[in-house]
Amino acid sequence: MERKISYAAAIGEAQAQAMDRHESVFICGLETDGERGIFGTTVEPCKKFPHRVFDMPLCENGITGFGLGTSLAGMRPIMVHARIDFLMLAMDQIVNHAAKWKFMTGNAFNTPMVIRTIIGRGKGQGAQHAQALHSMFAGVAGLKVVMPASACDAKGLLISAIEDDETVVYIEHRFLHPIEGCVPEDYYKVPIGKARILTQGSDVTIVAISHMVIEAQRAAIELLKDGISAEVIDLRTIKPIDEETILNSVSKTGGLIVADVGQKICGVGSEIVSLVMEKAFNFIDVPPVRIGLPDYPVPTAIPMEEQYYPSWINIVSEARKMMGKNLGKIESGVVATRNFQGPF
Amino acid sequence: MDKILNDLAYAMIRIRKVEEKIDELNEAEKVKCPTHLCVGQEAIAVGVGHNLLQKDYVFSTYRGHGHYLAKGGDLKKMMAEILGSEKGCCKGRGGSMHIVDPDVNFMGTSALVGGCLPAAVGTAWASQMKNEKRVTAVFFGDGAVEEGIFHESMNFASLKKLPIIFVCENNFYAVNSPIEARQPLGADIYKRAEGYRMKGYLVDGNNVLDVNKIAKELIDNARNGDGPSLLEARTFRWCVHVQHYNETLKRKEELINWQKRCPIKNLGFSSLEIVKMSQKINLEIEELLN
Ligand SMILES: Cc1ncc(C[n+]2csc(CCOP(=O)(O)OP(=O)(O)O)c2C)c(N)n1
Ligand SMILES: [Mg+2]
Repeated sequence: MERKISYAAAIGEAQAQAMDRHESVFICGLETDGERGIFGTTVEPCKKFPHRVFDMPLCENGITGFGLGTSLAGMRPIMVHARIDFLMLAMDQIVNHAAKWKFMTGNAFNTPMVIRTIIGRGKGQGAQHAQALHSMFAGVAGLKVVMPASACDAKGLLISAIEDDETVVYIEHRFLHPIEGCVPEDYYKVPIGKARILTQGSDVTIVAISHMVIEAQRAAIELLKDGISAEVIDLRTIKPIDEETILNSVSKTGGLIVADVGQKICGVGSEIVSLVMEKAFNFIDVPPVRIGLPDYPVPTAIPMEEQYYPSWINIVSEARKMMGKNLGKIESGVVATRNFQGPF
Repeated sequence: MDKILNDLAYAMIRIRKVEEKIDELNEAEKVKCPTHLCVGQEAIAVGVGHNLLQKDYVFSTYRGHGHYLAKGGDLKKMMAEILGSEKGCCKGRGGSMHIVDPDVNFMGTSALVGGCLPAAVGTAWASQMKNEKRVTAVFFGDGAVEEGIFHESMNFASLKKLPIIFVCENNFYAVNSPIEARQPLGADIYKRAEGYRMKGYLVDGNNVLDVNKIAKELIDNARNGDGPSLLEARTFRWCVHVQHYNETLKRKEELINWQKRCPIKNLGFSSLEIVKMSQKINLEIEELLN
């Protein structure tokens, strides 16, 4: 029997095990040492290494620069921010400094730092606490960006990120924290830059990102009832992107849907569609589809918020259209947003 | 003076009752967005708000219900917004953290710590450029002082002698993180003004008369072209940071002492008078919720 733990606990375990192995690893961020431990993700490391988990002042740009400095001096900081929105205050140190230091010094230094952050959603958190800005980071030369969707990958990718000698932006999704999965107890790595095929299929490829992986898996089950065989790929790493896995799959299925938790316009979906059009054009049978957020900020009132987010239903309907099957109304399920009860 | 005292007390009780109602609606799962209540901190909003004119600007934070009401914001529209209605002050798009009322120049609130400081400075700058004699008051917490933008805003406001007052509500906590974990011991917030050649004052944030008195002076100064100032008002938040959060043991212990210094009870009104005012306000709230 494999052990099951939550995504949040897997993150906690990864950090604690890395801290146990490497003296240089430490955690910092506002209330990382608190009882709540950033949605439970820093509770275990804090219990085991209380002197290596630091509460911080509210200074996101400063924290990033301090972390960069420690990494230049041989430490391996894990910086934690409870929302990706807060990272907008740290852009100078992330984009202009951390991402570039190694390159512009001709590899004189490594910058082994992990910036952990979370995409929020649900219960009216609104325009400043529920943004999904990962494509912004993916657009910056010098950054690696990972977005695990399962507990097992959450642990393995975090360990890879911690051991990586460059700056890795590690992006969680608030809806994933409570979801349990099989997680090996040992210290293991999931390679950065490798996507994972979750369901084999022959009709259409669904490349899904972060929480949309859950939605895509649900969609694949529904599609099977319609006689549509979908191949679901969990992208796992946004940059460097796993071109090979995507191109191989699309060459086989001839159809592509990208389901992202972020925006449709200038999003990761745009990048993947471009990639496929450039390198697998001859294999594509139907125009690819991007599923993502609309081009306006998320409203707070519940009906507006629910309407804002795409779900498995959108994936099913796009896949049916693609396959030329008009099978009528999709029986609707519980909307993920309505399920979320906090804490914020 | 009695009339003023009465107005101040009434305004504080009104904020308290509204916050209690929101808390109740929260418990009943009727509120559909994060709400940050200001129970215990009412004296600062009221003491400052009382001295502002309708044309004056106010910016605040996610903990902004009190500032909004003290500036004359529309309670009905605020409640509708919190309850997720299109009739709300942001048409259901902002929720509790982004309330606004342009009719009284309540310009908005940010859910990012320190987020409103530069825009507040900007309104003061515009007021100066247009020679309008409008003053800006910007409210923020002790945590915001740690952000770079606080220093950028203070520097520029002082450089240009802008008509703004920076009101720091020091409640000693950022969520559950105590100020000792975030700022050097003895580095009083109001003293930071000195480095920018700005006037800095400390006031008991639980004493509405004191806040009212000093706010009047600072707002008058700003209006007369004497430049900006920083007011540190010390207080304590009585409720959890946001719904679903737990209190720490340390906060629970401190709260007992702070509750003895209730800004409303310590004004000298009899319990009967307070009950009477509360009843009137509760009626107003019930009516607008129906
Ligand atoms: C830039 C930024 N960083 C972190 C947060 C998360 N956060 C929300 S409220 C808060 C506490 C701020 O404390 P303070 O400024 O003292 O205001 P108070 O809540 O005590 O009124 C924090 C850390 C945020 N909203 N924005
Ligand atoms: Mg505070």
